[in-house]
Amino acid sequence: MPEGTGIGASVRRREDARFLTGSGTYTDDINRPGQTYAVMVRSPHAHAKIKKIDKSKASAMPGFVACFTGDDMKVGGLPCGWLVKNQDGTPMVEPPHPVLAQEYVRHVGDIVAVVIGETKQQARDAADALVVDYGVMPAAVSLKEAVKPGAPQVWEQAKGNICYDWGLGDKAAVDAAFAKAAKVAKLDLVNNRLIPNAMEPRAAIGEFDRATGDYTLYTTSQNPHVIRLLMGAFVLSIPESKLRIVAPDVGGGFGSKIFHYAEEAIVTWATGQIKKPIKWTAERSESFMSDAHGRDHVSHAEMAMDKDGKFLALRVETLANMGAYLSTFSTCVPTYLYATLLAGVYTTPAIFCNVKAVFTNTVPVDAYRGAGRPEATFMLERLVDVCAKEMKMDPAEIRRKNFIQPSQFPYQTPVALQYDTGNYDATLDMALKMIDYKGFPARKEAAAKKGKLRGIGISCYIEACGIAPSAVVGSLGARAGLYECANVRVHPTGSVSIFTGSHAHGQGHETTFAQVVSEKLGVPLEQIDIVHGDTGKIAFGMGTYGSRSIAVGGAALVKALDKVIAKGKKIAAHLMEASEKDVEFKDGKFQVAGTDKAKTFGEVALTAYVPHNYPITELEPGLEEQAFYDPLNFTYPSGCYIAEVEIDKDTGTIEVARFVASDDFGKIINPMIVEGQVHGGIAQGLGQAMLETCVYDKDGQLLTGSYNDYAMPRADDFPSFEVQHSDKPTPCTHNPLGVKGCGEAGAIGSPPALINAICNALGVGHMDMPATNEKIWRAANAHAARAAE
Amino acid sequence: MYSFEYQKAGSVADAAKAATGEAKLVAGGMTLIPTLKLRLAQPSKLVDLGGLKDLVGIKAEGGGVTIGAMTTHAAVASSAEVKKAIPALAALAAGIGDPAVRNRGTIGGSVANNDPAADYPAACVALGATIVTSKRKITADDFFKGLFETALEEGEVITAISFPAPEKAAYMKFRNPASRYALVGVFVAKTKGGVRVAVTGAGEGGVFRKKSFEEALGKSFAGSALDGVKVDAKGLNSDIHASADYRAHLIKVMAKRAVDAAK
Repeated sequence: MPEGTGIGASVRRREDARFLTGSGTYTDDINRPGQTYAVMVRSPHAHAKIKKIDKSKASAMPGFVACFTGDDMKVGGLPCGWLVKNQDGTPMVEPPHPVLAQEYVRHVGDIVAVVIGETKQQARDAADALVVDYGVMPAAVSLKEAVKPGAPQVWEQAKGNICYDWGLGDKAAVDAAFAKAAKVAKLDLVNNRLIPNAMEPRAAIGEFDRATGDYTLYTTSQNPHVIRLLMGAFVLSIPESKLRIVAPDVGGGFGSKIFHYAEEAIVTWATGQIKKPIKWTAERSESFMSDAHGRDHVSHAEMAMDKDGKFLALRVETLANMGAYLSTFSTCVPTYLYATLLAGVYTTPAIFCNVKAVFTNTVPVDAYRGAGRPEATFMLERLVDVCAKEMKMDPAEIRRKNFIQPSQFPYQTPVALQYDTGNYDATLDMALKMIDYKGFPARKEAAAKKGKLRGIGISCYIEACGIAPSAVVGSLGARAGLYECANVRVHPTGSVSIFTGSHAHGQGHETTFAQVVSEKLGVPLEQIDIVHGDTGKIAFGMGTYGSRSIAVGGAALVKALDKVIAKGKKIAAHLMEASEKDVEFKDGKFQVAGTDKAKTFGEVALTAYVPHNYPITELEPGLEEQAFYDPLNFTYPSGCYIAEVEIDKDTGTIEVARFVASDDFGKIINPMIVEGQVHGGIAQGLGQAMLETCVYDKDGQLLTGSYNDYAMPRADDFPSFEVQHSDKPTPCTHNPLGVKGCGEAGAIGSPPALINAICNALGVGHMDMPATNEKIWRAANAHAARAAE
Repeated sequence: MYSFEYQKAGSVADAAKAATGEAKLVAGGMTLIPTLKLRLAQPSKLVDLGGLKDLVGIKAEGGGVTIGAMTTHAAVASSAEVKKAIPALAALAAGIGDPAVRNRGTIGGSVANNDPAADYPAACVALGATIVTSKRKITADDFFKGLFETALEEGEVITAISFPAPEKAAYMKFRNPASRYALVGVFVAKTKGGVRVAVTGAGEGGVFRKKSFEEALGKSFAGSALDGVKVDAKGLNSDIHASADYRAHLIKVMAKRAVDAAK
């Protein structure tokens, strides 16, 4: 491992001292003078008409400040960031998304009113006193029920509750391939609905400055500039110049803090009404019913194969739950982040995927760690195991047989993406070796002697990260560009402040971004400050999601650093009376090539700010540069995960005996942080596979509304994962760092590995997630019954 | 939470006098405080037992142990007296909640609350414990009345719980994957008066004795003695975590494991 503080060194996370000693500043830690408190009054019904709201009792309560309903707050709706078109070319149904409910409520937790009090308790008491008269209506809750003829309609304009009916791929080619297939493997599966559960609940503080007319919103966001754009332009009509968004320390997001939420607009608008700061902090039970949920697909998939198990074509039909409203990125998740990944790491020549997005009376569903790619990977890697079973082939061998080979890159998939590079045999070989694949039969036998069922499961994932080339996503319906911005401010004595549009909420950017700076400029970490999360300080930014920070934000940073170095060379050349083209920059020094004449970075910085001896006619003083970077392609991290499980037939409990991961993230800035990301991602993925699931009853009441019922994974549910980086990494070919991104891989690759291992242990064709103890017990009993026959 | 009056009890008599009407006693607060935070309860007053030193402590008595009502789970788990007399009880206490809960939660609070998925009620019933209150002594069989219901009357305060030592005992808990409370918990005790089996977590009415198991184990105290005994799913909980059938099955598996582990 490289020493020092540059690229490739496992520098300890600089931000952790702050977080671990309770010195972080999260939104709820911020208090503004004269601050009031907001409580959201939420619908207890999944679907109802608001007949009457009576404020009289609430407004008489002690400490009452204000109460606003949908009638008071007539503003723009929360926008959806991605227009998806139907197969016939018509646009999706895009119903309004009011900030405060207008006439109807459409899910439990939908906001009916905001009550503001002088203290939090008073606000709650007053909110309790608000009388809302509802006319309860029938609700469409589950995907399968919502698409049935005669199902209750969430939106009148969305017939059959269909938001869009979208397709990708060559249907005719797929049909032709199926017609000549030797074998077809089929699979019905559900990708279970998840509730994100960031450690820090969402919070927002709105503050209006009477002197300037400026608004400030402190919020738990992964992308403050995006919130400024969406809320300012679409909802409240406040120009960017009068609106500052601060996303300070944020305690986890996993996607759920990308989106522009109603509460942000409510506190910002309401502070303008009452001219006092307003704080809202979600209680955990509010988070369960108001943070955008994740996943929730029902799919049918078929793979056509030739007689040797070579994949000929893939056909997929998916129903994707949108919830009651279209959240910011909801529409692109089950389309452009899902169907585009269905080639996986395989040469399947023809693919067609049909996705129907469905409205239901549930919380909106949007991107959650992996966003579309876990759904694609789970489906494909489960289906490949079904193919192996059908062909009586080893799961590793059928994968190997169908891998895209290193010689085939760049590889154009039949579902729009072009993979630039990869080596899938390398990560498969590595993982097989790590787990001792050949030794598995002996371990299975040893387990059987103890009365246990042991199984092994492989998953070879690929994801599209580094989101995203603006022109490409624009052509696919995105209403934004997805570049990133970085600003490098070199101070007179050579210390450096970096202003990045990426946002860290656990990722460790204050360490990794500083490592990139240290590597490029030769400046020690202590003199590098990473500033993020404030539109008042940072020029622009598209934020952090889709494993994009280092691949896009890091690339913008490199571009800006290169500009600093280029200017520094001009200054150094002037100081050393040399030609600019002879000046090299290395190890923090500007040196005239082939001589010992040199100026340190600090000397050059000082000269830039004390320009006594300076090429003033050709060059401005100062040393500060900014760059925007728009990627040329997505990045394609890939890897192989293998799970080994042991099942107790008597109880259905499952022990994850081992879990190995071999990932190809290209170039790695900080191996320790990357390893930590993979550990966390795997825990989240295994949480989905074993434990987590969101359950609504048929009336749309959320049954898993607290940790008593929503099963979060805990450390003692898992072994220590064995995580290694590919020994034959394939750096990204189109960004300056060669990085691919690592934030979502663990959550994308791990669920199918575990379910494949469970199915292998039980000898069953499929088991939907989460593989609960009871499901496993029932399957194990059926297994025992079959074995006895 | 809603606002309430707070009173720190100076004595058991003080507490008993105050705990009337809409007032509530608070021991460790591990259930009550979250309930208040969620505004699911609105007591007029909280009477805090926290300062009552004479309710804290463990005494070895007549081969068994008497545990003061305000003794924490952590104290029970680490007590040499409990480990010696009833190791199964110490192990049960060590498995309640998490360290924070074990260091705040008390045996008296748990028993008085009678959560249908709590661990202590199973131990009390299976071991034939006596609940000692400010007014009287109540056998465990008579004490637990149903979901969150006990024989406690208004103004009655639990002061201690006496556990006679069994010959052998063990507690086996199958945890709810979300809450980690008992989905099914079975406490088996071989006592002088016979075998007693108590089940928590599974029953619609809270803790209950499994008489058919007791009879079979009375004849032969071995896990295999339960092989032929049927467990009816009737009267068992069925929810998103486990069906009644699965709970019925687990009752037997946990009981067998408890018998085989008993010491």
